[in-house]
Amino acid sequence: MSAEPSGRLPVAFTTPGSSSFVEFVSQVAPDLLPGRAGAGTVPPELVPHGTTIVAGVCEGGVVMAGDRRATAGPMIASRHIEKVHPADGHSAIGIAGSAGLAVELVRLFQLELEHFEKIEGMPLSLEGKANRLATILRGNLPLALQGLAVVPLFAGFDTERQLGRIFSYDITGGRYEEHDHHAVGSGSVFARGSLKKRWSPGLPLADAVAVAVEALVDAADDDAATGGPDRVRAIYPVVATITAAGYERVSDDQVAAVAMQIETDRTVVPAARPAAKPARTRSATKPATKPTGSRSAKKTTGGGESQ
Amino acid sequence: MSMPFYVSPEQLMKDRADYARKGIARGRSVVVLAYDEGICFATENPSRALHKISEIYDRIAFAAVGKYNEFENLRVAGVRYADLRGYSYDRVDVTARGLANAYAQTLGTVFTTESKPLEVELVVAEVGRQAADDQIYRLTYDGSVADERGYVVMGGQADRLGALLADRYTPGMPLRDALRLAEAVLSAPADDDAAPRVVEPAGLEVAVLDRTRERRAFRRVVGKALEDLLADPPTA
Repeated sequence: MSAEPSGRLPVAFTTPGSSSFVEFVSQVAPDLLPGRAGAGTVPPELVPHGTTIVAGVCEGGVVMAGDRRATAGPMIASRHIEKVHPADGHSAIGIAGSAGLAVELVRLFQLELEHFEKIEGMPLSLEGKANRLATILRGNLPLALQGLAVVPLFAGFDTERQLGRIFSYDITGGRYEEHDHHAVGSGSVFARGSLKKRWSPGLPLADAVAVAVEALVDAADDDAATGGPDRVRAIYPVVATITAAGYERVSDDQVAAVAMQIETDRTVVPAARPAAKPARTRSATKPATKPTGSRSAKKTTGGGESQ
Repeated sequence: MSMPFYVSPEQLMKDRADYARKGIARGRSVVVLAYDEGICFATENPSRALHKISEIYDRIAFAAVGKYNEFENLRVAGVRYADLRGYSYDRVDVTARGLANAYAQTLGTVFTTESKPLEVELVVAEVGRQAADDQIYRLTYDGSVADERGYVVMGGQADRLGALLADRYTPGMPLRDALRLAEAVLSAPADDDAAPRVVEPAGLEVAVLDRTRERRAFRRVVGKALEDLLADPPTA
């Protein structure tokens, strides 16, 4: 902050007009803004990258989910990075690409929206927010050309039209409204394939959460840089719903339950081999349940409860 | 050769102070008082859009009396100051004390160096995790800062209303009592003999810094919520 000799707030602070924090910072402290170009390109194995984000419109709003992995080349840089964040009360931003810059971009975007809201006394329209993100992203173009691209996915509840909407971006700040669902990041190809099959219009919120998590599971299945639900460390994807009531993060317990269900549904039961003595195994006092895993255990408990 | 008129510095400052005081006393008062779960702000303001009470940062709010264009300018500067500071350091590093100092320097410099002082009086308040950590700073047109305890009345008949409030204020009162006290003080007649005025809830601008809220503590109390708080408590 450049100081006035008298100690009073500098002129830029009291100049009326702009409600944009980014414009203000670019005047008074441009070195604080991300996106200033250096020389040369950055080798990808030195910079952590965030991976897959999915979003889908559902009944009464929109769901966004992101896996928890960041990779630097073939290394896993982080197992628990969070890539889906509230942008403000009624919107969410998910980020793929260069992790350090992406986190900074989210911070700047959140502040931009809050700054406008405080100065103007009311929030920006959803279109306005989407456009602001495009402008901020455009400022990052020099770094994107050096290999430090950030690709966000923006979703929010349009309070005017009372529905959820999704916007995707390219590195030049191009803004595209997506219909129904979308995914970005290295695992997005597989996630999109999954969404195409599993998503349907007017999906209830809970089902949309399940479809989003499943898309991430599919992405993690085929993309090395996307992390699936990690039951060992209890690290699950970040899932958020945005409805008329606002942004809400789905609890880890709920996501864990959804992930568990998907795993259970996909668990391969070794084909019943033509075992030599199946009758003897059945009659044993301790049935060996290990190969069939939780599915058979679950069924047993379920049956027990219903009796 | 004509000699410029000599005006003593005392006279110069006194004239400016009188000018500023007159401007500030013309408007309606703002009442700021701490309650058990935060700090509440109330003023008579028929406008729904031109606020005298505003959010500055997560746990900091701003209230002002005087000339609208002048305090609006200071409010925007405050939001910019806080957001820039929070962005370059961390959100917890934005404090009411820092902001009050920046305002004090600005008001003081304008008072002594410019032809016209700012006709404003401000409160910068920060709600703490406990009531003991609450901070209320009152800033006057000449840049003086006062660290107030519990309550402040500024603008309009500030001295008279301040005395009324002092009689009835108790620390740690609940929001309902605090708001009803604020309403009673704001609707006090101009002098003791006059009939009491009635201030409708719709004509009140009320906001709170609620310490129980997670991040952004500032909340406007409007419409039904305000009417319910000001109505007689339901008798069980």
